[in-house]
Amino acid sequence: MTAGDTELLTDPYAAGSRETTEGTVYTVTGGDWDSIADAASDDQRMVVNMGPQHPSTHGVLRLVLELEGETITTARTVIGYLHTGIEKNLEYRTWTQGVTFVTRMDYLSPIFNETAYCLAVEKLLGIEVPERATVIRVLCMELNRISSHLVWLATGGLELGALTAMTASFRERETVLDVLETITGLRMNHAFVRPGGVAQDLPPGAVEKIRELLQVLPAAFDSYDALLTGNPIWQKRTQDVSYLDLQGCIALGITGPVLRSAGLAWDLRKTEPYCGYETYDFDVPVQQSCDVWGRYLVRMQELRESLKIIEQALDKLQPGPVMIQDKKIGWPAQLALGSDGLGNSLDHVRKIMGTSMEALIHHFKLVTEGFRVPAGQVYVPIESPRGELGVHAVSDGGTRPYRVHVRDPSFTNLQATAAMCEGALLSDAIAAVASIDPVMGGVDR
Amino acid sequence: MSLTPAGEHDPTGSVSTGGTHLTGSSVTAPEVAKGAGRDMFGAAFGGDTSGYGGLVARPVAPVSSPRPYGGWFDEVVDALEEAYPGFAGAVQRVVVDRGELTIHVAPAKVDEVCRALRDDPNLRFELCSSVSGVDYPAQVERLHAVYHLTSMTYRRRIRLETAVTVEDPHVASVTATYPTADFHEREAWDMFGIVFDGHPALTRILMPDDWQGHPQRKDYPLGGIPVEYKGATIPPPDERRSYA
Amino acid sequence: MGLEEKLPSGVLLTSVEKVVNWSRKSSLWPATFGLACCAIEMMSTGAGRYDLARFGMEVFRASPRQADLMIVAGRVSQKMAPVVRQIYDQMPEPKWVIAMGVCASSGGMFNNYAIVQGVDHIIPVDIYLPGCPPRPEMLLDAILKLHDKIMEEPLGANAKRRLEPGYAPRPLVASSIRYTKEGKKAARAGSEA
Repeated sequence: MTAGDTELLTDPYAAGSRETTEGTVYTVTGGDWDSIADAASDDQRMVVNMGPQHPSTHGVLRLVLELEGETITTARTVIGYLHTGIEKNLEYRTWTQGVTFVTRMDYLSPIFNETAYCLAVEKLLGIEVPERATVIRVLCMELNRISSHLVWLATGGLELGALTAMTASFRERETVLDVLETITGLRMNHAFVRPGGVAQDLPPGAVEKIRELLQVLPAAFDSYDALLTGNPIWQKRTQDVSYLDLQGCIALGITGPVLRSAGLAWDLRKTEPYCGYETYDFDVPVQQSCDVWGRYLVRMQELRESLKIIEQALDKLQPGPVMIQDKKIGWPAQLALGSDGLGNSLDHVRKIMGTSMEALIHHFKLVTEGFRVPAGQVYVPIESPRGELGVHAVSDGGTRPYRVHVRDPSFTNLQATAAMCEGALLSDAIAAVASIDPVMGGVDR
Repeated sequence: MSLTPAGEHDPTGSVSTGGTHLTGSSVTAPEVAKGAGRDMFGAAFGGDTSGYGGLVARPVAPVSSPRPYGGWFDEVVDALEEAYPGFAGAVQRVVVDRGELTIHVAPAKVDEVCRALRDDPNLRFELCSSVSGVDYPAQVERLHAVYHLTSMTYRRRIRLETAVTVEDPHVASVTATYPTADFHEREAWDMFGIVFDGHPALTRILMPDDWQGHPQRKDYPLGGIPVEYKGATIPPPDERRSYA
Repeated sequence: MGLEEKLPSGVLLTSVEKVVNWSRKSSLWPATFGLACCAIEMMSTGAGRYDLARFGMEVFRASPRQADLMIVAGRVSQKMAPVVRQIYDQMPEPKWVIAMGVCASSGGMFNNYAIVQGVDHIIPVDIYLPGCPPRPEMLLDAILKLHDKIMEEPLGANAKRRLEPGYAPRPLVASSIRYTKEGKKAARAGSEA
């Protein structure tokens, strides 16, 4: 961009700069802070910066609040402190490698990011993944939903002062992460769901482990209820706090538990089913109260609904392949646990080196170059724990994504902060942000 | 971009015929920029050993799909034509691909089209899911803004697309119709340089406020540094040779 | 610490040094500096299963003025970099930094315009911890190695030792190993050799 763009927009906050022998040096003084503070002309008004480093702002979120006493008159969110340029990075990697980048966007629900991306790639390719892969995807997604909601409960409780909620939720989350680690190999950022299916089949013992989990978790969820739901302090802190009604939600594009707490049963698993969700029997929890209390109840109920889905998924599991059979697309390597860790199974290596030339060619081409995706664009939305997670994927016919834009729910949901916080007390702002449950990795990408 | 000589997939299913519903000069294939489609193998530097360095790819861009579009697409396009009187002037192309409807709209008219899509009882696209940008340097109007609209009433999704040039990147903002587009349009400005006229506060959102340049354009470098590993130095991903 | 410089070197200083270093490492308070995915693993390390409280570290101080240790957990973007520096500057001496995860150590998988390629471009780092994200056990190992580093830190007048030619810091041993019988034997053997 040349100097011409300053003619398009005069940026009042542009930093002063001077040319030196080392190049342009910018004088960043945060100068706009003075203009904001001066604008709050009333003596009673105070401008407070809840900076990017703050224990209660859910990551690197900056809130600039104009306070009159304890009441917030203006709330502004400043984001971008975690911008990683993932979408641009994807343009320099193959379609399969894109999974490892996409998974780190919304880092509390990595499986959802991966699944949305892979569904978009598969729609562009026009392929169907095997049934078993779909069921495993649903299983992992619902486990991830539980672990994500547990982190919401932990951090939400912590920010409102209920520290035991944090220790208890993290304890259960560890059990869920154990299961995910058994299945995918990692506790977080799994890179498990790949275009064409999943990376590898469920290891022996995984199903038993999940069934054990299903015995343990209901009692744990009941204990959270016992701890918080009847607690008068919790109720006082969450009821009638950060009200956002249905019209406000839709105007601001809010989806997920916040929308469901406003009375609309909009859940993409029911309204636009994907991955076979139409064959599962579960309810969509809805509340009418439009406040933090309603969102709390919605998410607590969603935890239980996820358990139902996991149980049904376990019953649906049939033996079969977990990666598409088309050799031009399906990830070639069969992984196995060897003496030095997880890697290509020796059978596979024997096959490609010894017996089948075609298998060797496929392995080589797929791993180095990747498969080609016909040109076009698609948009695939799924229901992540925070709302509608959509992937807009554009292909130019090559082995690399041309453009992938991820419509992250937290990015859109954060726009509600001003509507929720203005007129409320400072501590309600924290409850409001906690109830939106933003994950800054997804917001800033 | 498809390679015409080598005959790999011919990617787009949609081909323009004489029988399109849209008539008049608004139906055009996008203009191709000069010099587009060359240097496909990163061969501008570093020595191209593939032998394909002289290949020129003809960029394939969508041209309007023929009627009938299939499914509920015809209903929606007809309803839009009825609800929005300026349809003929604003809508440039209608593309149906992979089960999705894309309507290409003139940049100055996007907010009027969105208003009609939102308010008309047969359309009712209440939710704007996403506004993003795409950069097609092969076209003269290279900056595209893509809008994804969702109708909760009818459970439908539709895509609007506009295209502007770098020299005059003005698109009408839809924040008056869909306040949710606020952050999304700021991101499109930040990453691509598309200026949304009528946006309440179009400032950078992801990059620092004084950043120069628009990072997700194709001519903006990825900006990595070379990595040294066990004696070898590997250049960042956008400077490596590629044969794909 | 103003007192530090005034202590005379010698046997008295060596004993004081041991006590001071031991008390510093036993109660190392981290500043909350979780940025991205590594922050979640850091929170897990502080939670019940991989308990940081047994090392005196469960109090994650929100205010950097009360913290000794900054665990930079996650990717540092260009916008966040001045904030990292400011928080580091606000911490009082003595302070240590653990770069947790590959993104903080070297930019990680994000070799691009938006991420600072290693937080050591901005602040001095004591321990680099690779991993994406590192398991809680790995973070504990890094913390224990930092404890070892702190225990070996010369105080006041003894710090001149570092400037002598031929000074080579010995390899770090996690304190869970260092202070077992075998560990102590090995350390004694190493120091006599």
